[in-house]
Amino acid sequence: MLNKMTLTMPWSGMNKLTLKPDLGKKLMVHAVLLTYTVIALFPILVILINSFKTRKAIFNDPLGLPDASSFTLVGFEEVLARSSFDVFFFNSLIVTVLSLFFVLLFGAMAAWALTEYRFRGALFIAALFAMGIMIPIRLGTVSILQLMVDLDLVNTRTSLVLVYIAQGLPLAVYILSEFIRTIPKELKEAARCDNVSEYKIFFQIVLPLIRPAMATVAVFTMIPIWNDLWFPLILAPGESTQTITLGVQQFIGQFVTDWNAVLSSLTLAIAPVLVLYLVFSRQLIRGLTAGAVK
Amino acid sequence: MADVQLKQIKKSYGQVNVLHGIDLDIKHGEFVVLVGASGCGKSTLLRLIAGLEDISGGELLIDNKVVNHQPPAKRGIAMVFQSYALYPHMSVFKNMAFGLKISGKDKNFVREKVEHAAKILQIDHLLERLPRELSGGQRQRVAIGRAIVRDPNVFLFDEPLSNLDAALRVQTRVEIGKLHKDLDATIIYVTHDQVEAMTLGDKIVVMNKGRVEQCGSPLELYRHPRTQFVAGFIGSPKMNFMKGKVSVKTEGSIYVKLADGVEVEARVESGAIAVGEEVTVGVRPEHLQESLHGEGRLKGKINLVEHLGEVSYIYMTLTDGSEVVVRGDGETEVKVGEEIYADYQPQNVHVFNAQGLAFKRLTAAEADAPAAAMIRQAAGGNT
Repeated sequence: MLNKMTLTMPWSGMNKLTLKPDLGKKLMVHAVLLTYTVIALFPILVILINSFKTRKAIFNDPLGLPDASSFTLVGFEEVLARSSFDVFFFNSLIVTVLSLFFVLLFGAMAAWALTEYRFRGALFIAALFAMGIMIPIRLGTVSILQLMVDLDLVNTRTSLVLVYIAQGLPLAVYILSEFIRTIPKELKEAARCDNVSEYKIFFQIVLPLIRPAMATVAVFTMIPIWNDLWFPLILAPGESTQTITLGVQQFIGQFVTDWNAVLSSLTLAIAPVLVLYLVFSRQLIRGLTAGAVK
Repeated sequence: MADVQLKQIKKSYGQVNVLHGIDLDIKHGEFVVLVGASGCGKSTLLRLIAGLEDISGGELLIDNKVVNHQPPAKRGIAMVFQSYALYPHMSVFKNMAFGLKISGKDKNFVREKVEHAAKILQIDHLLERLPRELSGGQRQRVAIGRAIVRDPNVFLFDEPLSNLDAALRVQTRVEIGKLHKDLDATIIYVTHDQVEAMTLGDKIVVMNKGRVEQCGSPLELYRHPRTQFVAGFIGSPKMNFMKGKVSVKTEGSIYVKLADGVEVEARVESGAIAVGEEVTVGVRPEHLQESLHGEGRLKGKINLVEHLGEVSYIYMTLTDGSEVVVRGDGETEVKVGEEIYADYQPQNVHVFNAQGLAFKRLTAAEADAPAAAMIRQAAGGNT
């Protein structure tokens, strides 16, 4: 759901700027984009409004807005008081933020090394990263689990962070390499003449210049990690290491599902990822305009 | 004091040899200009000196130390790039201060240095701007400023003016010339523009296909080009070349018969020339005078007249089809289609053999030496 949202939002804004000509065409474009936005946002809206309704109201009128008689915060109370929601939330947040940080750092470093330096095995490493994009990491779940058992990392957040770094790196390296290639080589040469070390060239010249690309990668990396259910279920199902997507599952029973609690926790789960997205998308747009002026 | 010496510098990319053993000796404080057509290896040579590319063979000495394997920063050089290469996310001040700050210099020292350099270049009011808010000329100054603050032994300029418009190019050229005098710095400057080379250089190195064709002061190159390539490269418009055969040879002068039958006299060292040898005759446009009457020695039909104000360039085709440019009077009244004659002084004629090597041209004094000797002799006989 969130995935779709991130895709539609920036584009709807851009089209407004680029398509000036006749009004009919403009309306058409906006109609299409609006329809798509509505479709993408509709499920989220349903979650939001139903999380504030009584159980009865959810089933009687799933699309109705909460009114005085049906409004309730029982779901939120349930989630916040009766479950360890704060733990789940914190787990998700720390796993996502740490993975994101390392994916961006290592991704940019690997991309820089692969594009800037010629060394033995560079092609081989690049091919490995390309394979990482093509082959889903879930195919290796069994061996990953075995590895984590051997390393004694089962039921730790570390295991999740490690797996997510591996999952996010290939695409990050791919996208960032393309961007790094567009940095004029004179800039790096000027820096080398200025006695700037390779590390400083990377951190103080290259990184600031690929900031928009980093934001793109951040968005694409963050959402699958936050939404993932698979690896938390397999690698870290313990009570203290559950992430929020896994935590929500405890309200879904075989016979009875506590919809109030499920919808409330999902509502709460949207918030942080939305905040992160807003932070990154701002970088994205700022980066685009900064590049355009040159 | 930093002399730069190149000893048999070679560069190859895999199988392709780009530079075939360059020897150069650059003294401290010299302004050396590397010129040549694009692809002749002049920029590569500069990058080798800078340390941005590895030297494949030979030795490079800066300040009497071999620096072949030293990184750019250790060589005490500063480079100004054609594309300016300013860090786009840093202000002008930060751009200029970056190198100093990295090397851990005191903050006040850095500020002082940058402000001083900015004042010299008249960009002190722009220090807080970002590069993208500057014009091309201002960006180029910032790039030069970034080089100045580091107090390098050697400045390297890689076609620094080619991205500027014509008026700004002239202005910046003059400023670079002044800067050289103020800083007392060694400068190596790459350009493909022979006007820049002539005006700026103490010494010009003309390169062709990875070799040094000739190296010398601007006037030396202008007066005594060693090869046909140098003769064609230095001077604007280009020297006129006409093919012919040596018909008469005397001491101190030869006559070359051109394809259309005209005989051209040239005052050159004639020792190595054989009668009947195929040679190329070269005369600069500024050494040809238009004349409407028959006493001129080259006859041709006018194709085009360019009026520049103080001079005009007359493009004419000789009867054998070769094209010749004559620098005429600024207010000349000749018209396209007319036939005119072009006159010349024999001592201004260059002669090149089939391999493109020049026969040494005798200066007026040298050419007149036999006559002078005769006069002296005669005078001596009288007393």
